[in-house]
Amino acid sequence: MDAIILQILNGLDKGSAYALIALGLTLIFGTLGVVNFAHGALFMIGAFCAVTVQRILNLSVTTVDESRTDFLGNPLKVQTPYVENWFGPEIGAAISDWSVPIAILFSIPIMLLIGFIMERGLIKHFYRRPHADQILVTFGLAIVLQEVIKYFYGANPIPTPAPEAFAGSLDLGVMFGFDPNAIIYPYWRLIYFVFAALIIGGVFAFLQFTTFGMVVRAGMADRETVGLLGINIDRRFTIMFGIAAAVAGLAGVMYTPINPPNYHMGMDFLVLSFVVVVVGGMGSLPGAVLAGFLLGILESFASTTWATTTIPGINQIIIYLVAIIVLLTRPRGLMGRKGVMED
Amino acid sequence: MLGLNKKDTALFLIVIALTILAPFILNPFPTNSAMAQFNAGYPDLMQRFVIFGIFAIGFNILFGLTGYLSFGHAAFLGVGSYAAVWMFKLFTYNVIPAIVVAVILAGLFSLLIGYISLRRSGIYFSILTLAFAQMSFALAYSVLSNPKFNLTNGETGLQVYGDDPQIFHGAGLPNLPHLFGWSMRGNNQMSFGAWDFNFNTGYYVCAVCMILAFYIAIRIFRSPFGMMLRAVKSNQTRMTYTGLNSRPYALAAFVISGMYAGLAGGLMAAVDPLAGAERMQWTASGEVVLMTILGGAGTLIGPILGAGFIKYFENIFSKINDAVLHSWFSFLPDGLEDVVVALIYPFVGKGWHLTLGMLFMLVVIFLPGGLVEGGQRIGRFTFRRRDAKGSDAERDAANQRNPAE
Repeated sequence: MDAIILQILNGLDKGSAYALIALGLTLIFGTLGVVNFAHGALFMIGAFCAVTVQRILNLSVTTVDESRTDFLGNPLKVQTPYVENWFGPEIGAAISDWSVPIAILFSIPIMLLIGFIMERGLIKHFYRRPHADQILVTFGLAIVLQEVIKYFYGANPIPTPAPEAFAGSLDLGVMFGFDPNAIIYPYWRLIYFVFAALIIGGVFAFLQFTTFGMVVRAGMADRETVGLLGINIDRRFTIMFGIAAAVAGLAGVMYTPINPPNYHMGMDFLVLSFVVVVVGGMGSLPGAVLAGFLLGILESFASTTWATTTIPGINQIIIYLVAIIVLLTRPRGLMGRKGVMED
Repeated sequence: MLGLNKKDTALFLIVIALTILAPFILNPFPTNSAMAQFNAGYPDLMQRFVIFGIFAIGFNILFGLTGYLSFGHAAFLGVGSYAAVWMFKLFTYNVIPAIVVAVILAGLFSLLIGYISLRRSGIYFSILTLAFAQMSFALAYSVLSNPKFNLTNGETGLQVYGDDPQIFHGAGLPNLPHLFGWSMRGNNQMSFGAWDFNFNTGYYVCAVCMILAFYIAIRIFRSPFGMMLRAVKSNQTRMTYTGLNSRPYALAAFVISGMYAGLAGGLMAAVDPLAGAERMQWTASGEVVLMTILGGAGTLIGPILGAGFIKYFENIFSKINDAVLHSWFSFLPDGLEDVVVALIYPFVGKGWHLTLGMLFMLVVIFLPGGLVEGGQRIGRFTFRRRDAKGSDAERDAANQRNPAE
């Protein structure tokens, strides 16, 4: 029993990332009808926002301390981060320690901006082109973004630790009456899951309970009629694209402590996220979230020693296998609606 | 000639001439001159031109004719490579059986995957093929290389070892892939003044395969079967309404293009008897998509142009480092030189993929027909300048040939 719960928990963090990216993909697809192959790149850019913030906060000034010497007898050079100079050593250290949460604030406007620019500058011209063209141009964009990041940040993964307060693990099992140490779960993964759940809830609430969201939902159902009613639906869809980019970016920011970001992480996640979207049902938001968590958890179950000894390599192929089975038995995906991408 | 009309015969003869004379054409600069780095006439690169040309021709039969965008074609290439290396390991280093088996196995594999994937179309088809290819990659990379059942040799890559059976390996034959005794590595260098030209057995084997592949592609494009595939692309719903089941046609196109990929994979193993799983990764599938689109999907010559273009510039661009750039722009004043070099540097050397990505985006946005359409536009532009009246008729004719999609 505790092993099962542990595996479910282990699947949650990856599942959260899948769900967030798939949610953004579905938002873009549902509103603009565009298949965005560059969405993984947005996830990666979010992660590199965190790296940038961490680097900015660790920018330091070098001063020569005459009172101390290094082992050669020269005056010791001391590097102090600017934040420590400005805010005092304790607060400064705390700020640079909390770089990832700070990066969240920093990344939202950046991701929104990138989303707007992408939509207005590129995607807008591809509404009426075939889906294949949309896939191809966003695929090209993904390569470009990836190479730009590689140029500036190098090809190696960059460790971006979580704040020290969340470094340890939580003994979850004790709370639910299991033996101590039976279910241990790192704090940060728990936070990632809660964060993802909040964002998903926020997006759904935004769409469900605000006038803006209502208009967007109406536009998703019938774009032309909404336009005929005198509503500028294009502008709202652009904003939705920005929000989808921000969701992907936030998923990336928060994922950095779990997995050090490198320039091709976006592509790695993108392939799986597309599988998630298709399994969930193209155009269905709850489907994307459900399929994201389901596949994350399935992947975690398939990675157990028991599973890998029974069927070697099952952990590598389980998601694709499930996708193939789902697509062949339920062609519209788990929660797909009729009439979406039927051609 | 050979059942082709006049225009196709001309095109076919041009392709034959270009491939046969490639060692001359691709080596326009004397060996020791400063421009020699732009030469492409060495065996390794020429082999890559024709092998990826075959791969792209095959991909174009599927994507260009039927419009089904497969993101998993590299899997067939990988299967072909593995099959060929296994033939080397078990039987003989002769390349003919290896290539034949590679094509057949890739065909069977694509029949299986195509049968399942073609039940869906559009984006679903792309995702399904992507899923299958990634699955094959994962299987080849880790699962099928355990000690008990080592089919792919995992990360190291499958290669021929000394203790392999090779039951038909003759005593006098070279210990490398060969064509009835001619080693694929065999190379004749011809010096002509300051120029050196390389004639490589491996290249000519690949070139003959590509010419054959190109001929078959022309025949498919001009056949009733090719017409049917185009009909699938332009309006599948209408095809269904006329009471025709289009899936067997699409499946046939898928299998044919899978066999082309298998041929390319077999040739890859034939010129270098090593097969690695990374050949099956989806980035490799993406590359063939890039080649086909860049050259011009749906045209005969486009994929070959695209493959040559990408492989050539990949090779040239990767060689340019900042020292080379500085030597080029040394005529500029110092400050300006540094600025110019700093501006260009991100796009060359290791940044080749950046250039490729941008180029690809530009082509998809402005030139959906690829390089071929670019050439046509330039041709039409000059034609119109010469004779304004005739150009309208020409454009109408062109519109009728390729109705806007």
